[in-house]
Amino acid sequence: MAEAEKVIRGIKFGILSPEMIRKISVTAIVTPEVYDENGIPVEGGVMDPRLGVIEPGQRCATCGNTLAQCPGHFGHLELAKPIIHVGFVRHVYMLLKTTCHACNRVKIPEKDLERYRELYRKLKDRWPQLANSLVEFVRQKAAKALECPHCGARQYKIILEKPATFIEEGGRGKLYPDVIKQWLSNIPNTDLEVLGLDPEVARPEWMIVNVLPIPPIAVRPSIVLETGMRAEDDLTHKLVDIIRTNEKLKEAINSGAPEIIVEDLWELLQYHVMTYIDNELPGIPPAKRRSGMPLKTLAQRLRGKEGRFRGNLSGKRVDFSARTVISPDPNLDINEVGVPYEVAMTLTVPEYVTPWNLDRMREYVLNGPYRWPGANYVIDPSGRRLDLRYVKDLKALAESLKPGYIVERHLINGDIVLFNRQPSLHKMSIMAHRVRVLPGKTFRLHLAVCPPYNADFDGDEMNLHVPQTLEARAEAEELLLVEKHILSPRYGGPIIGGIQDYISGGYLLTLKSTLLTKEQVADLLATIDYSGEIPEPAILSPIEAWSGKQILSLLLPEDFNFMGETKLSSGNLKCTSEECFWDTFLVVKRGKVLEGVVDKTVIGSQQPKSLMHYLIVEYGDRFGAEFMNKAFKLFLRYIEMVGFTMTLDNVELRDKALAEAWEYVQNSYKEVEKLIELYNSGQLEPVPGRTLAETLEIRILDVLAKARDEGGSMALKYMGLTNSVYVMARTGARGSNLNIIQMAVLLGQQSVRGERIWRGYRGRVLAHFKYGDLSPKARGFVEGSFRKGLTPIEVFFHAAGGREGLVDTAVRTSQSGYMQRRLINALQDLYVGYDLTVRSAYGELVQFKYGEDGVDPRKTSFGKAVDVDRIIVKNVGWRMTP
Amino acid sequence: MSTRSEKISHKILEHEYVPKHELLSKEEAIKVLKELGVRPEQLPWIRASDPVARLLGAKPGDIVRVIRKSPTAGVSIAYRFVVVG
Repeated sequence: MAEAEKVIRGIKFGILSPEMIRKISVTAIVTPEVYDENGIPVEGGVMDPRLGVIEPGQRCATCGNTLAQCPGHFGHLELAKPIIHVGFVRHVYMLLKTTCHACNRVKIPEKDLERYRELYRKLKDRWPQLANSLVEFVRQKAAKALECPHCGARQYKIILEKPATFIEEGGRGKLYPDVIKQWLSNIPNTDLEVLGLDPEVARPEWMIVNVLPIPPIAVRPSIVLETGMRAEDDLTHKLVDIIRTNEKLKEAINSGAPEIIVEDLWELLQYHVMTYIDNELPGIPPAKRRSGMPLKTLAQRLRGKEGRFRGNLSGKRVDFSARTVISPDPNLDINEVGVPYEVAMTLTVPEYVTPWNLDRMREYVLNGPYRWPGANYVIDPSGRRLDLRYVKDLKALAESLKPGYIVERHLINGDIVLFNRQPSLHKMSIMAHRVRVLPGKTFRLHLAVCPPYNADFDGDEMNLHVPQTLEARAEAEELLLVEKHILSPRYGGPIIGGIQDYISGGYLLTLKSTLLTKEQVADLLATIDYSGEIPEPAILSPIEAWSGKQILSLLLPEDFNFMGETKLSSGNLKCTSEECFWDTFLVVKRGKVLEGVVDKTVIGSQQPKSLMHYLIVEYGDRFGAEFMNKAFKLFLRYIEMVGFTMTLDNVELRDKALAEAWEYVQNSYKEVEKLIELYNSGQLEPVPGRTLAETLEIRILDVLAKARDEGGSMALKYMGLTNSVYVMARTGARGSNLNIIQMAVLLGQQSVRGERIWRGYRGRVLAHFKYGDLSPKARGFVEGSFRKGLTPIEVFFHAAGGREGLVDTAVRTSQSGYMQRRLINALQDLYVGYDLTVRSAYGELVQFKYGEDGVDPRKTSFGKAVDVDRIIVKNVGWRMTP
Repeated sequence: MSTRSEKISHKILEHEYVPKHELLSKEEAIKVLKELGVRPEQLPWIRASDPVARLLGAKPGDIVRVIRKSPTAGVSIAYRFVVVG
């Protein structure tokens, strides 16, 4: 702990030399035996006790430390014959190609060599990239030489036979590792420099191993099964294989066995050492366990998603976190998260005992670990940690608490926690919430924060993290709190806002026809703890009645002006000015809603330039959050009061409407028929760049697409704003006109890859159609609606079209996920400096000014620093007539 | 450097998509580097063989100013360090 602080300046990778391996080794491994008959590890075996402590309580035979302190020690194995290290095969190949087989010099004339070396030394530190290309150039040049410029020897072609066999064509034939090692060790240091090797730490002959380091037992622990049997680690198994083969090879050499036998054993040893290092090499069969599972050897531990790097170093598991299913709670604040008691009693926050919180802390300690709000641990001033589960006299401990103690208390209401839902695609995927401890077993969140997390409640789970230090908590509260993220940097608008029933409710409340009695007004205002005056009623006689717009106005600032179209203002309800018969143009003057309804474009999430957006921009995040808390509760209370539901009747159109739609579809059929006739008679005019058949398809698709949209819209006209389904679609609460058409009128053309469905039998999709039938119904035009039902054939077409969507989402998510990963890896260390430049971690300039204009997109209105139109409305909107 | 330089037409400088490049004098270059607080090689690079760089007669070690239209800022200024290549 109290060691001097050291700074890592850099990391240099090199190759272990045989001498070094012997030096760090505590013992030579000499026998393939692991345990004797009594189950005691054999000295000189792979489980030699000198390699480290395995069982608790033992003392290390090498360093004398116990299990916790002993770092483990390497052993070594002397190989009977050298072996090529698979990781360096490419380097060895390069070296063999670029150096002479006779004098072992780089095949570059002496004076060029001198020049390159000079250049390389100059470039190395300042221009590593250029140095690399110089090395590449030298390598290519050296490999090309037909004759050695130093000794004049003729050069042979070296062939690499995967995975690790080198052949000298025309020369010695197969090059054995010992020959290669000899060759490589003769290359002078000065020659290696220009080939890009640092001979100080990576002499090439070290790439051929003749001493194998045996890793400590801690790296490959054996597991004791319930049956009392020992199961060894994959690495241990592999090491035993290597030692056994090595023994055999040694024996064969000593007994003067025939050449072939020695060679075969050598080859086998090469295989074992290779698979010990990497068991997923191309071209060689992976070493398997008895069960047939490939062994997990050294490279497998490091590589891939669950490897050491991505799995354990970039991705660590953390304490003080919880995960459970999420569910909605409209009664919470948008800043809050509901936390189950069980979770709150497991996660803790360290709180320093001070004279001011002493009583509270005593209370926690007294409650103990099993009663909320209690505490799980107490840390006394000496740093001793007391587990309250085992403290017999909590009362005495509570009494002895005094400033200087730290109480690790349960999570309580108001604590700051981080809340996260994967995939964490933007910064709003992790936000800070205030804790609200609640009964139940799920995390509860406000519905308006679903969009930034992209959460719903069909079984989604979310993670919660408790920051432990005061700094972390302050930082989370100041930077990460939900309300600070209402505006999204993605498009400058609010990403948190009204969804679904909030929008329906807002619409119903602000309808012109909504009149509220005094009781209703009181009820509504009570839900938001309103304590001001009730305004004068809009209607005085025969009874006093208030409009919904009046109630909403109570929440708006008194100087707020806003005017804009609502979502409803389209088609037959279109209004672009104050003079609006349909009440679809929202006008707010001096904080009073004078006209218009509230719907998606007014309070919706992801709706820039809306009333909600300007409220937040002009009155701040805090006000925006508070407005949402109150307005949304109001809307929900009202929708509860009047009741809002949908039924089958909502998608049932009267006969006249359907007949009208149907007529349109029939006409489209005739049009298609005409097109087909034209095509058959050869009179169809082809679209440029398309064949006649393609032209026909395009034209038919156009006609049929229009048939559904136009025909459907004609029928929709018969729906009114008394119809809940239609209300939801028009106000933007849920669903679209298309959804309604598909429910009430017809599904329309189904398509796969943007074409009518044609795959199946030859010339027809199903056996029910005639060969070559191009009519709408034979190619996936579905006349049925979800209300009416589909014929079996229509169901098939619909399934075919639906499948495409599923496949697309699956493919898209995997592809964009990979892109995201690479982008994040590339961009993660970039930062915007105080001079607004964007720089990499090394100080390289990426942008001279962030975004070229140095502007935070959250604080602009669509790139412009000033939105003149809005400023006018904001300040003098109260006397404007748009 | 290259004898091919004559073959490049000066017309490319007039192309809509080729932003205006200026070669900086030594004093200017030093000033710019000081303002940005960077070593020359920490700037983005441009190859000396880049057609525009060749027309400007930029040599490795020089610094080029690029003035271009930007959808966000109207006009934005960037600098490039000329490297071998």
